[in-house]
Amino acid sequence: MDFYLGLLQIIGVHTLLGLSAYVVLLTGQVSLAQAGFMAIGAYVAAMLTVLAKWALVPALLAGGAAAAVVACAVGFPALRVRGLMLVVATLAFGEAVRLFFFNFDYQIAMGGIKVGPLGGEGFRQIRYFPENGWTTFQVMVFIWLMVAAVMAALWWMDRSRAGAVLRAVGEDETAAQSAGLNLTAVKVSAMTAGGFIAGVAGGLYAHYTTHIEQGNFNVLVATFAIAYPILGGLSSVFGTLAAVVFIQGFLVEGLRFLGDWRNLLFGALIVLAMNVRPGGLLDANSAAGLRRALQRLRSGTALSEAGATWRRLLAKWRGAFGA
Amino acid sequence: MLELVDLSKHFGGVKAVDGVSLSVTKGEIFGLIGPNGSGKSTIVNLIAGLIAPTSGRIVVDTEDMSDLAAHVRVAHGTARTFQNIRLFGQLTVWQNLWVAENRDRQQRAIPVLRRWLWGRADDRERLGAALEFSGLAGKRDDLAANLSFGEQRRLELARALAAEPKLLLLDEPAAGMNAEEIDELDARIRRIRELGVTVLLIEHHMELIMAVADRIGVLNFGQKIAEGRPGEVQSNAKVREAYLGTAAA
Repeated sequence: MDFYLGLLQIIGVHTLLGLSAYVVLLTGQVSLAQAGFMAIGAYVAAMLTVLAKWALVPALLAGGAAAAVVACAVGFPALRVRGLMLVVATLAFGEAVRLFFFNFDYQIAMGGIKVGPLGGEGFRQIRYFPENGWTTFQVMVFIWLMVAAVMAALWWMDRSRAGAVLRAVGEDETAAQSAGLNLTAVKVSAMTAGGFIAGVAGGLYAHYTTHIEQGNFNVLVATFAIAYPILGGLSSVFGTLAAVVFIQGFLVEGLRFLGDWRNLLFGALIVLAMNVRPGGLLDANSAAGLRRALQRLRSGTALSEAGATWRRLLAKWRGAFGA
Repeated sequence: MLELVDLSKHFGGVKAVDGVSLSVTKGEIFGLIGPNGSGKSTIVNLIAGLIAPTSGRIVVDTEDMSDLAAHVRVAHGTARTFQNIRLFGQLTVWQNLWVAENRDRQQRAIPVLRRWLWGRADDRERLGAALEFSGLAGKRDDLAANLSFGEQRRLELARALAAEPKLLLLDEPAAGMNAEEIDELDARIRRIRELGVTVLLIEHHMELIMAVADRIGVLNFGQKIAEGRPGEVQSNAKVREAYLGTAAA
């Protein structure tokens, strides 16, 4: 049971990480800095609960805010470059953050032992959850409440003018400028929002693993962050969720029984998925279908429709068996 | 309304626009014509702020625009369309209009807060008018990419109008249109003028521009070679030479 709870926790945190990249990707920017923002959120939130004895939620929000401030500051110079140059610039930033934490010592003696980040050793003893008697199940539910809140906020944003503006900049910068949009403001806002979400993800990650170190926030994590929304499709936030479930739930954990073969299959299956569904796991059509299904469910015709479909199928099978 | 003062744009050694001065009065439809490569589109890009002039000034409604960013010029009342349609294909018709900023929006005291709290209601009113103008009211939730060519042109025009401009720059709006669509465009441009918008019309299609423009400027090799009423321009010797070449001696 704990295995599945742990898996759900991982999926939750990675969904947040993917959503942080989703916001930035909407504006057409590929950022490899998301792992760096996650690291900042993780260290800040953990230091606040462990060293300053803050409550969890304010600490998470502060971690998110710290990452957002850094993302905003990075956004201005970084977004002046485009395409591959931006990828390289954000990659360099992410690595700089990682190396900063590799050399970052800040320990305080508490109850006879020294706690706090200790360079390459990492930051151990982030014991907020065990100290306050949270069960794994409760932690999992808490993580998913955060995921739900962020997804709801982004879903709402997607349907508001802000969503249209982000996508407009992502599609055609020249046209967006000529429609009166301030490109820098739009891109930096997206970067800031993405930084906040990544920071919160980092804070959650630090607390449920109880131990973080710079290696947890390397280029591989940054790559996963942008892979989720790209694989899932940018038509809705659910695409990112679908991609995280696919990668973390199916490819990483579900195929574990294959042993070493898993690693071979991993890349191949991602390539296959992208070929089978070039518009993303959840593309524009399936997103529209999902919306229609929700509407039908709301209007109450879903059940009778499902019944009709079932009867048609049944009739077909009977025919096939010659009954 | 629009004043270009000795405007130049050089790309390396190429003088795309070379010391052009012209003045468009308020409420006028000013046509700009010239052979391919004469610098017409470069002038639109200069006025819209997508490229910076090498020298010279651009004044709109007594305000010097020369150094302002493109999006700020929209806020000051200059909107444009593109020669090659540039819509947001993956956005719906409505979203394409919704994205456009207008002056009111930027001049609000607490713009962001007001936008979130009240933005939707007055957006609906303003954009409803633009949607009506485009004649695409029945397709408001269709993706722009799925519209026909003529509909896309109309939507792009409506998006420019959604910014509530004082000055509208139309860069070859008739390109790729058939005779019927051009007639319709003619009527649309006149209606835009009735809304109190000054129009700078760049066009290859002579019939349209001769019919709709109040005055016409002619460019050749980046320089203005003639200016005047359609009839005057048509009979101008330099203009004939630019379009037809010198008579073989």
